[in-house]
Amino acid sequence: MEAQEDLQLDLNEESLLEMYGLIVLSRRLDERTWVLHRQGKIAFHVSGIGHEAAQVGAAMALRRGQDWVVPYYRDLAMMLALGLTPKEFMLGVMGKKGEPSSGARQMPSHWSIRRMNVVSHSSPVATQAPHASGIGLAIKMRGDDAIVLTSIGEGATSQGAWYEAVNWAAIHKLPVVFMVENNLYAISVRQDRQMAVEHVADKAAGLGLPGVTVDGLDALAVHRAIAEAAARARAGDGPTLVEVMVQRMTPHSSDDDDRSYRPRAELEALKAQDPVRLQRDKLKDMGLLSERAETEVQERAAAQVEEAIKFAASAPYPEVSEASYPVYAGDRVDG
Amino acid sequence: MAEITLIEALRQGMDEELERDERVFIVGEDVGQRGGVFRATEGLFEKYGEARVIDSPLAEDSIVGIGIGTALYGMRPICEIQFADFIYPAFNQIVSEAARMCYRSAGEWTVPMVIRVPYGGGIGGGLYHSQSVEAFFTHVPGLKVVVPSTPYDAKGLIKSSVRDPGPVIFLEPKRGYRLIRGEVPEDEEVLVPIGPARISRTGTDLSVFAYGMMHHYCLEAAEMAAQEGINAEVIDLRTLKPVDRETILASVAKTGRALIVHEDNLTGGYGAEIAAILAEEAFGDLDAPVRRLAGPDVPAMPYSHPFESWFMLDADRIAKAIRELAAF
Repeated sequence: MEAQEDLQLDLNEESLLEMYGLIVLSRRLDERTWVLHRQGKIAFHVSGIGHEAAQVGAAMALRRGQDWVVPYYRDLAMMLALGLTPKEFMLGVMGKKGEPSSGARQMPSHWSIRRMNVVSHSSPVATQAPHASGIGLAIKMRGDDAIVLTSIGEGATSQGAWYEAVNWAAIHKLPVVFMVENNLYAISVRQDRQMAVEHVADKAAGLGLPGVTVDGLDALAVHRAIAEAAARARAGDGPTLVEVMVQRMTPHSSDDDDRSYRPRAELEALKAQDPVRLQRDKLKDMGLLSERAETEVQERAAAQVEEAIKFAASAPYPEVSEASYPVYAGDRVDG
Repeated sequence: MAEITLIEALRQGMDEELERDERVFIVGEDVGQRGGVFRATEGLFEKYGEARVIDSPLAEDSIVGIGIGTALYGMRPICEIQFADFIYPAFNQIVSEAARMCYRSAGEWTVPMVIRVPYGGGIGGGLYHSQSVEAFFTHVPGLKVVVPSTPYDAKGLIKSSVRDPGPVIFLEPKRGYRLIRGEVPEDEEVLVPIGPARISRTGTDLSVFAYGMMHHYCLEAAEMAAQEGINAEVIDLRTLKPVDRETILASVAKTGRALIVHEDNLTGGYGAEIAAILAEEAFGDLDAPVRRLAGPDVPAMPYSHPFESWFMLDADRIAKAIRELAAF
């Protein structure tokens, strides 16, 4: 397939290292944010640990800045791949002035990056899915050369809004890729209490679009699947449901305690399948990652994270007066 | 000047906006080939095609959610909810998404869209084809809520709503679709700004505040009272959010008495907001307690004809309230 050839061209040595660097950066940033929370320095963190490979693989299959992305709150690695900086993330985590997603109005990890066509989303799950289909409809109306990637957890595919959105995209053959990050848990509820089908991708059959399930611990496999789905969307052949099997290696959020519902042995076992380690091993096997390069990647990520924390910690809080606007389009934005 | 019905005025307004701006499109249940169950979009499917007058699947949450997505991309959707009673599945998208988008993105994303909502009773619609839903939405910062009662305002306000940079809940008194006729100029553009109320009958003895179908009944009632020497001022609020405080307060400063009339049930209804504004800002002007006349606090308008008449206010009952308030 042409898409696969493009994919092979896309992923040269440099981009494979970029991919790995982003995965490591996301992990470092995420882990460090947990520490900040446990130190009482921030109010909230929702983690993407275990999802990073899938998210970076997906983002790098897009035409970044041209295509549109309608994400959900677990997508830190995807956002980094789309151009969110660690400093911007930390401003959000700490609720500091000028935080780019919401001006520190939303909880952390509620993304919006206008310059990258990343659309603002809320906390009630699946509300973003109809927006993705609407953007797809508008792209089709305008005849533009863009596609939409929207992501969601498997639990949120229980929402009517998700079915309605996928249904729309299937009816009108809209250029949308529905990526479901399946980590088997919706806070405490396992997948078998969430749906009767074995795979979320099975739901596609009832809605009239193709559905595939991919190993979400393998960035290259996800990259290939999303690139194929994106090519299909771009060609006018309609949406695809791509389920990526990932793992949630942490509690749902900093306010959750998973000990009441998740066996410790299960969590221990996940470590053997840590996507960061899997990508590293793969690159080493391919002869692309020397010991020295690995050290550099780790050190660079650590330095970026510490720099971001320092930057955000010394940044000012917003003026309280900023909280009263902008309620309506055209209201003032700057204090 | 031609006299047309309320629904014809709405159709003209939408037609002109579709013609003027190619980003404008219509989406909703049966709005295409059927021209809408009330025929508000009749002829527009033939004129603009299926890409701009889109029959949606039967799922209200998606009508609004899809509309929001297109608006984020730069389109100007007009979303039709077939009956106000069916808007609740879309409440999440309206309240959590459309209303909050601008604020939660610090102004980076906005949602220019109109949500057209035929509302109200008096058509034998029973519990689920008669409801008034304004109070749910006037509570929500980020939304504007508009209710035209005349053909002129219907045309002028639908056009302004399409051009507004944010989400507008556009409530249409459906009993009046064909009942209410009025003059609308053909040779000039009709634009009515969102915000200002309109004094539709000047008076000196008391102020009557209403909107939608009730505004017409209030005018009738005011004429009845006038026969008895009571000179009521009637104000068509037209826009419920943002509310026109100036016009309300100026009227009560003149008359000293206020009656607020709405078809929706009383408790927590829109009238409470007007009453609160008057209590806070016009206390010194009031010569009588503020009076609310509203639908009864039952879950919705029941079907049987005597039930419906019991629920729905009419000119006689409003005239009675006017007399009582004038005599206080």
